[in-house]
Amino acid sequence: MVDCDIHNHLTEDAVSKYLPKKWRDYDRQFGRRMTPGDFYPKATPMASRTDAWPPGGGPPGSDLAFLRKQLLDAWPIEVGILNTLISVRNQFRDYDAALATAANACQVAEWLAPEPRLRASLLVPYEDAALAVAEIRRHAGDRRFVQVLIPSRTSEPLGQRKYWPIFAAAAESGLPIGIHFGGWSGGHPISGAGWPTYYLEYHTGMIQTFQAHLISLVCEGVFEEFPGLKIVFIEGGLAWIAPLLWRLDRSWRQLKAENPNLRRAPSEYVRGHFWLTTQPIEEPPEPSQFAGMISGLGMDDRLLFSTDYPHWDFDNPDSALSSFPGPSLRQKVRRDNARALYRLD
Amino acid sequence: MAKHIVSTVAEIPPGTRKLVEVAGRSIGVFNIGGEFFALRNRCPHQGAALCTGQLGSAVTSPGPGRYEVDRAGEILRCPWHGWEYDVRTGQSWFDPKGVRVKAYETAVAPGSALVPPATGLLPGPYVAETFAVSIEEDYVLVEV
Amino acid sequence: MDSPGSQAIDCDVHAVLPSIEALLPFLPAYWREQIGQTGFKGPTGRWYPPGLPTSERPGLRPADGSPAASRVEHIQRDVLGQAPHPSHAILNCDCAVESLHNPDAASAVSGALNEWIAAAWLAADARLRASIVVPSQFPELAVQEINRRAGNPGFVQVLLPVRSEAPYGSRNFRPVFAAAARHGLPVALHYGGLPGNPPTPVGWPSFYLEEYAGMTGVFQTQLISIIAGGVFDEHPGLRLVLAEGGFAWLPAMLWRFDKNWKGLRREIPWVRRPPSDYVREHVRLTTAPADAPEDPAQFRDVVAQLGSDAMLLYASDYPHAHGDSASDAVWSGLSAELRGKIMSANARALYKL
Repeated sequence: MVDCDIHNHLTEDAVSKYLPKKWRDYDRQFGRRMTPGDFYPKATPMASRTDAWPPGGGPPGSDLAFLRKQLLDAWPIEVGILNTLISVRNQFRDYDAALATAANACQVAEWLAPEPRLRASLLVPYEDAALAVAEIRRHAGDRRFVQVLIPSRTSEPLGQRKYWPIFAAAAESGLPIGIHFGGWSGGHPISGAGWPTYYLEYHTGMIQTFQAHLISLVCEGVFEEFPGLKIVFIEGGLAWIAPLLWRLDRSWRQLKAENPNLRRAPSEYVRGHFWLTTQPIEEPPEPSQFAGMISGLGMDDRLLFSTDYPHWDFDNPDSALSSFPGPSLRQKVRRDNARALYRLD
Repeated sequence: MAKHIVSTVAEIPPGTRKLVEVAGRSIGVFNIGGEFFALRNRCPHQGAALCTGQLGSAVTSPGPGRYEVDRAGEILRCPWHGWEYDVRTGQSWFDPKGVRVKAYETAVAPGSALVPPATGLLPGPYVAETFAVSIEEDYVLVEV
Repeated sequence: MDSPGSQAIDCDVHAVLPSIEALLPFLPAYWREQIGQTGFKGPTGRWYPPGLPTSERPGLRPADGSPAASRVEHIQRDVLGQAPHPSHAILNCDCAVESLHNPDAASAVSGALNEWIAAAWLAADARLRASIVVPSQFPELAVQEINRRAGNPGFVQVLLPVRSEAPYGSRNFRPVFAAAARHGLPVALHYGGLPGNPPTPVGWPSFYLEEYAGMTGVFQTQLISIIAGGVFDEHPGLRLVLAEGGFAWLPAMLWRFDKNWKGLRREIPWVRRPPSDYVREHVRLTTAPADAPEDPAQFRDVVAQLGSDAMLLYASDYPHAHGDSASDAVWSGLSAELRGKIMSANARALYKL
């Protein structure tokens, strides 16, 4: 099976080792800032499974040997995609770029080289397209990096043109853009109606960043400009997508004169360009409703199994995969779709 | 159904737990204020090792903004998704009738009652899988 | 949609304020003079692109150029006088008072709007009912406005724009819900609003299409917030109406909300039942737009997954247009009993008509 969302934790010390001296000094003196807005008591420490703390010390996801034992060896995982979530979104873009470069070097040396089952998403300073493109080019041809990672909380909706050079470089390198929940929007609250009170709201409502990006990427005409671009929504959920497409298609038929660059219905762009990871698996009151949802979604070839290890809302492959109806779809979700998307041969 | 000797009483002081293997099942044995409770070590949701989770209080509320904590150490939270279970009954907090983890009967017995001194053999229903029984100790039994 | 059984009730009809001048007779002297001397147009400017196909159905604009739905005769002709010939219509005047930063101005304009609604609409046709416009960004003032209007039986609910600067379940909005509950009035969250913050969690979109389609996300935020905040635990009799926001998104959201509640409910221990239970008991949704699938079987599934026959309220959303959202054909696929509830019985029970 392929696990499309694993969070390895790169400690500050681990990343720092790969910074040039100038930036190591800067990192020590100023360092990474906390991003305001996420100050909720979360489900668990570091939002992780409480059984995922390595016995040898360090935070969850920081110890490769323990990650092997608890995840890669515990299920028949032939490939796991690492999405490390360290912040490369501070105020000083050059520092962000240096951090991304160092983190990518750290991933190669300490994770990808010693464990051939692992692949990684490439960290880029995504709020500065030129610097992000340079990072993509630096790793062009290294097949161990399988996509470009952008956290879902960006400063602007991702269809905006400031991000287009990143899409151009990714499409040119054959890399999907993976969008994972997290990041810092530089001041925008995490909902369109301000800051919620509780973590439960924050976690339930996190899909709204994905909704905004889906709408923006489609409505700005990104896929007309970059016909080869592939977008992966990671940890964004599945069940909300079909209802949003019903609404978006209908609205587009009514309002399409507003952007004449769109030539197809929004749902066609989504079904043609988007992939979706499965965790956290939706749990409707009746299992048949899940099957109905999947059938209405019509994206059987685009569903990618993921565990989100070591986070608290982890999905056990055995139970999560059994939600998908039929052996043929299950095989696509657990393995085949990811192998095709990420060219894992 | 047989009673299995799973631990000495001294080994599980109040507020602690011990994971044991009984008849091929992983079971958590908890001591709450001197009483012993045993739960299957598997969350019925997605199969996490439930009995390794955090022990906390029963949190209730008479209304928004008011928090009441009671029964400290008697509510077990799954290490993954945080589902809460009553250690005394195995019932889940959110759906006590519909979602529960298997709870096993427990008992405490002195070693002298378990080991006839003359033979050193275990009588009747008692099964000791992992250790020798001494007449000086008290034992926790779990019925599986 | 036809209305089996008793006569239909239209739960979302818009009374459009033609200009700030219409409010002058109802404003205190100070604000009359301020508006005259500053040229302030009030929150009636172009907050939607002019000529938007969603704002006004083709052919409705009167010859004098005034907006559709700006006079009671328009509604008598186009709503009450047309199939399904509703016995009552609920007026929602979505004038963006929440965009006024001066609390006294917001309060004065809200008060004048309600006076205008009472005089020009409610007094003119006994079939009309209305929502109370409140300065929602200033909860204390909103409470005062609710208290002022609650004595007029023509006002049947409290109107809040779905967009706000903080979600409505936040503690500071609690007095507004308390006042509504005290007077036995439902609270309606209606599409739109101009609180000043962006309508998405990642800033401002370029196109109105994005804002329009994405508004369901804001409805989701508000619903989650109101339940998590314990509004219904404090006010067990309170009802919430989600107006002009669609309803097909709700089942999927509830799957996610219920799942999270199971593991995180310690954070909100006053919420003792799955959130979907609260929704079925307390929440109602208007039918326009539906934004549900056109396939009749899929459409029935979506409606069934709401989990209660009591939740949908028929609305024309006049004079707004939502294109080809849910044809009469798909509505006809529902049972006559359910259609009767949607067209009439649910609203009669809610508004005690």
